[in-house]
Amino acid sequence: MSTPVNTATNTAATAAARASAKAANKNGAPPILQVNELEVTYYTDAGRARALDHVSFTLNSGEKMGLVGESGSGKSTMALAMMRMIKPPGRIEGGQVIVGDTDLMKLSENEMRAARLSKISYIPQGAMNSINPVLRIEAQMKDGLKAHEPGMSNDAMNRRIHEALEGVDLKPGVARMYAHELSGGMKQRVCIAIGILLKPQVIIADEPTSALDVVTQRQVMETLDSVQKQLGAAIILIGHDMGLMAQFVDRVAVMYAGRLAELSAVQEMFTSPMHPYAQALIDSLPNLENRGIFKGIPGLAPSILRLPPGCAFHPRCAHVMDACKNVVPPLERMPSGRFVSCHLYDKEGNKK
Amino acid sequence: MAPLLEFRNVTKTYSKGLLSRSATTALDDVSLTLEDDKPTIMTVAGESGSGKTTMAMLLLGFIPPSSGQIFYKGKDITTLAGQDRIDYRREVQAIFQDPFAVFNPFYTVDHLLSVPIEKFKMASSKADARNKMDECLAAVGLRPEDVLGRFPHQLSGGQRQRINVARALLLKPKLIVADEPVSMVDASLRATILETLRNLTREHGISILYITHDLTTAYHVANSIVVLYRGSIVEAGDVNEVIKKPKHPYTRLLIDSIPWPDLNRRWGEDQLPAKEAEGGGGGSGCKFASRCPFVMDKCKQTPPPYYQLDAHHAAMCYLLEDSPQFARERLSELLPA
Repeated sequence: MSTPVNTATNTAATAAARASAKAANKNGAPPILQVNELEVTYYTDAGRARALDHVSFTLNSGEKMGLVGESGSGKSTMALAMMRMIKPPGRIEGGQVIVGDTDLMKLSENEMRAARLSKISYIPQGAMNSINPVLRIEAQMKDGLKAHEPGMSNDAMNRRIHEALEGVDLKPGVARMYAHELSGGMKQRVCIAIGILLKPQVIIADEPTSALDVVTQRQVMETLDSVQKQLGAAIILIGHDMGLMAQFVDRVAVMYAGRLAELSAVQEMFTSPMHPYAQALIDSLPNLENRGIFKGIPGLAPSILRLPPGCAFHPRCAHVMDACKNVVPPLERMPSGRFVSCHLYDKEGNKK
Repeated sequence: MAPLLEFRNVTKTYSKGLLSRSATTALDDVSLTLEDDKPTIMTVAGESGSGKTTMAMLLLGFIPPSSGQIFYKGKDITTLAGQDRIDYRREVQAIFQDPFAVFNPFYTVDHLLSVPIEKFKMASSKADARNKMDECLAAVGLRPEDVLGRFPHQLSGGQRQRINVARALLLKPKLIVADEPVSMVDASLRATILETLRNLTREHGISILYITHDLTTAYHVANSIVVLYRGSIVEAGDVNEVIKKPKHPYTRLLIDSIPWPDLNRRWGEDQLPAKEAEGGGGGSGCKFASRCPFVMDKCKQTPPPYYQLDAHHAAMCYLLEDSPQFARERLSELLPA
């Protein structure tokens, strides 16, 4: 994308390249995103809180992963850590976040600035309230383009902006509008358009629809889906609505107290969850058949300042054993390709 | 005997500024009744801007209706005085959406619970007051020793929301208005709070007006449902009937858009285009006409009447013309207890 005039054709070319890369992935090409042993600690007055404890997973391009968990389980910390946007008193203690072949943790601050939005982009929670009310939408989109591609001509920027807006199913006229002229769903789609402006390979969306009603929520999720297909990017969807996960993602990661409890394909997660917390979560879901039956998860989520020893879920777990109280279960890869951290299962995924 | 609560042709309009003539109609000629002798949970559902919260505000007496009247036990709430007013204030309680915003961070939970006891002279002695507090905390599944003496920031969102329920329960109310009580609470705690609400109706005989845009929880907790669209009730009836066999195109769109946590039920199966509201609409006909995929000429001219579809189900749409018409004032009679 050196010359602005060629942007459109280049786009088609990259899309084709990504499509073939996606096909190659099935034959064992490296994943687009690898997170290895990522670790984040918040140093608070009340003590050290390990918000993210050796989290590892991989994601292929074109794949959609859901990240669920109770509030305080580390979902948003994970997103911020991947963007290297953890602020003091928090600190990334170690680990790797590899996008394509670049380890983001090794980049300088300036290189990281360039990587944000172009390699990996983040649509934060409540993003629609982050639009500057006194600037036109196009001015805010141009800020991003100017920062990443300083030489870009005005015409080329406008073309790119219209392209991004069309990508999220908005009329080009929206570029000339202000935030107050848009509805909640339109604002959220503008935020998605900003997120895809530089065609990132990984998109992290943190509860993109939590403030919207169901009809608008569906439109926004459909937009996110089509954008992801156009770019062939990988998406991480953060949220606690399991319904949304069932409808949208390919794989679900369940977090508990800063660790991954289970990572499985969405089909397996809903039909045969393995980790007792995942089981309780699935059981607590309402559906059309069991009207009026409520199954909550007993007990309360632990504070990460005072985690119980051993498995953090053991005080609430129905299958607790002696080992659970002393030994933290490692995240094991089962032969079926699922990841579970629970003492109930051996390395073959059978119940001990 | 007078019903517990009656909305009689209530309209609420918000005008824009002093000089502007344009006004937003948040609630448009709504009539509804809740009976006194049969405690029930009624859901008011609709998207943002449909008038759900305006309805709660009117009912709690925070704002006066622009026209029409609201009766509590047969008395107009805008003219209540003396003991009647005190009773109304005690017997109608509210639970709000955000359990993080409603607490004063400087006071402990004790203070929050003892103020209403004092104000309404609910207890004869300190020990009696303490007993009452223990009792209502136990009713919502909290251990008094866990929460009393604590500050709000020491409690989780689920605990706070249950304290709100306990505070409402303390006053032995007849009616609780719950405005999105679980939308800010973690999914795993939702079930617990909804179960608590339902027990209030079953065991304490309290009616609940459950205001939400989440039809999944409505389906599980409520007996009856009214669906609001831009201030009008477009469909009403037994919650089972309405959710399983929605008839109004708007209700169908709402239900089709629910992301069910069920892999066999895909989103948008009904193939209803999810069109966004295109402001204004100002016409004299059906308010949904500009978004409706089945719009006909007459929809744009006069608003449709209600048609009765079943013993406990009615909707306001010309598509249902084959069914018998139903008078708007009698809509509440359809709702099951």
